[in-house]
Amino acid sequence: MTVAGPAAVPVAEGLFSWPDEPRLIGGRCAACGTTTFPSQLSCPRCTGTDVRAVPLATTGRLWTWTVQAFEPKPPYLADGPFEPYGVGYVELATQDRSGAVLVESRLTEADPGRLEIGATMTLTFVPVCRDAAGRQVVTFAFAPEQTRPQ
Amino acid sequence: MDEGSPSVAIVGIGIHPFGRHPGVSGRTQGAFAARQALTDAGIGWNDVQCAFGGSVAAGGADTLVSDLGLTGLPFVNVHNGCGTGGSALAMAERAIRSGDHDVAMAIGFDKHPPGAFNADPEASGLGRWYGETGLMLTTQFFAMKIQRYMHEFGISPASLAKVAAKAYRNGAGNPHAWRRQPLSEAEIAAAPMISHPLTKYMFCSPGEGAVALVLARADQARRYPARPVYLKAVSFRTRQFGSFEVFSPWLAPDRGAGPTTEAARATFESAGLGPADVDVIQLQDTESGAEIMHMAETGFCKDGEQEMLILSGATEIGGTMPVNTDGGCLANGEPIGASGLRQVYENVQQLRGAAGQRQVPGQPRVAFTHVYGAPGISCCTVLTT
Repeated sequence: MTVAGPAAVPVAEGLFSWPDEPRLIGGRCAACGTTTFPSQLSCPRCTGTDVRAVPLATTGRLWTWTVQAFEPKPPYLADGPFEPYGVGYVELATQDRSGAVLVESRLTEADPGRLEIGATMTLTFVPVCRDAAGRQVVTFAFAPEQTRPQ
Repeated sequence: MDEGSPSVAIVGIGIHPFGRHPGVSGRTQGAFAARQALTDAGIGWNDVQCAFGGSVAAGGADTLVSDLGLTGLPFVNVHNGCGTGGSALAMAERAIRSGDHDVAMAIGFDKHPPGAFNADPEASGLGRWYGETGLMLTTQFFAMKIQRYMHEFGISPASLAKVAAKAYRNGAGNPHAWRRQPLSEAEIAAAPMISHPLTKYMFCSPGEGAVALVLARADQARRYPARPVYLKAVSFRTRQFGSFEVFSPWLAPDRGAGPTTEAARATFESAGLGPADVDVIQLQDTESGAEIMHMAETGFCKDGEQEMLILSGATEIGGTMPVNTDGGCLANGEPIGASGLRQVYENVQQLRGAAGQRQVPGQPRVAFTHVYGAPGISCCTVLTT
C-alpha cells in the first residue's frame, strides 16, 4: 500500500523529506565524500565533522534481501495481524550522483519469487501504525519495478 | 608483550549443560561451571587470584563470590555483548601474561527468554525508528549476508541444510548440548522459513548455559592434574569502515574486511601459526550460512570453496578440517555470555583427547575458536598441546 498526503506523519524526523517530493536524506562528508543514511554528526570513515544533508535518488538496485516471516518483538510497531514483509539493501546514488550508499529498507514485496539481486527498486512509503492522535505513521520502503503483464 | 612474559595454559574447565533449565538462574549455572572448573584443576576458589566474567542478561558475574567464597579477589565484570566470554578470556590471559597473577578464572553464563533477541535501538546508538519499523533483527542480517554471499560465490541452499545436519549430528554426541536429536537435510530444508533463505532449523536459538575456565602460568601448568593445553593467542576486534555488520541502517558500497577477518589474522600472527596448522575448528554458527562465510573470513578456505569442502565431508569430525565438533551454536543454543567460552571448552576437550564419541582422530595438536556478534565484534583463539 502506498501512503501519501499531509495527514500522514513520518516515523522519525530527518529520515526523509515529507510531504512534498519525498526523498531519503543522507549525510555527505565534505572531507572524504562518504555518504551515510541517515545523516550523522561525524563521518565514520575519516572522523570529519563537516557533514551535510544530501537527498538520495529515488531508484536504485537491490543489493541483497530477505523476508521477515515472524512478528518482531517491541519496539516494533504495527496495527492489525502480522504480515511477512521484505527487507533489503538498495544501492542508491545521491541525487547529484556524486556519491552512493546502500540503504537498508522495508520492501513492498515479500514473495521470494519476485525478489532478485540487481533488480531496479523505487522509493515508496508504507504505513507503520496509527499514532495517539489517530494519524497514519509512515516509513520508507522500496518496491520492485512493475513487471509487464505477459 | 615481552619475550620474557609468561605464557598461559588452561588447566581447568567446567560447563553447565546448555539448553532450558526452568527454575535454575543463570548465576546458579555459572557457579556450577566454576566449581566444576576448580575440581578439574584440582584447586579451590581460594587459589584463584583474579577473575573476569559476565552475562548479558543474567546478572553480574562478580556476585558469584557470595556463592563461591568471599576471598576478596579482584573480579571484573565484562558486559561486552556477544564478545563477553571472549573478552573475559582475553583479560584473564593478560592478567597472567603481565606477571601480576599466577591463576585466573574466565567465566560466562546467560539465561535468555525464548524467541529472537529483542534489541534496544537506542542502546546501540540507533534511532528508535529502526526497531519500530522492524529492521532491528539479527536474523535478518544473517539472512541478507548469506543471500548476497550465495549470489556472489555460488553456495547452494543444499549446503545450508548440510551444515545444520552436521551440527545436530555432532550435538547428538555431546552430553552438554541442548539439541541432541539428529535431523535430516530434507527435514531441515522443509522446515518453516524464518528469514529467506534460512529455515527454522538453520538458526540457533537464544538459550541458557555456563562455562568457566581456570588459567595458569604455562611454566606451572604441570602442577595441575589434567594434560595442559596452551592458550597461544587470543585477539578481539571491532568493526572497521566498509564491513557488513548486524544492525546497519546503511553500508558503504565498497566492502572492507570485517572484524572476523581482522581478529583471525591477528590471532594467527600472534600464535606464529596459520590456518593450515589447525586440526580442529569452532566457528560462530548463529545460522548455517554464518559457518560457511566464517570458514573463508577466518582464512580456512577461499570464498566459494566451501561448497566442495562441505560436499566432500571435509568439515565433519573425521574430515580434514573439522568444524563445530560439539554441534556449535545450532545444537547448543546461544547463551551469549557463555557461547564463546563453550568453543574453548570443546577445544580443550579435543586437545586433551577427552571428547568421547566426537573426538577428532589423530591426536589434534592445534585448535581454533571464533566468535562473532553484535554490533560487529569478533574474538578468536588458538590453543595448542
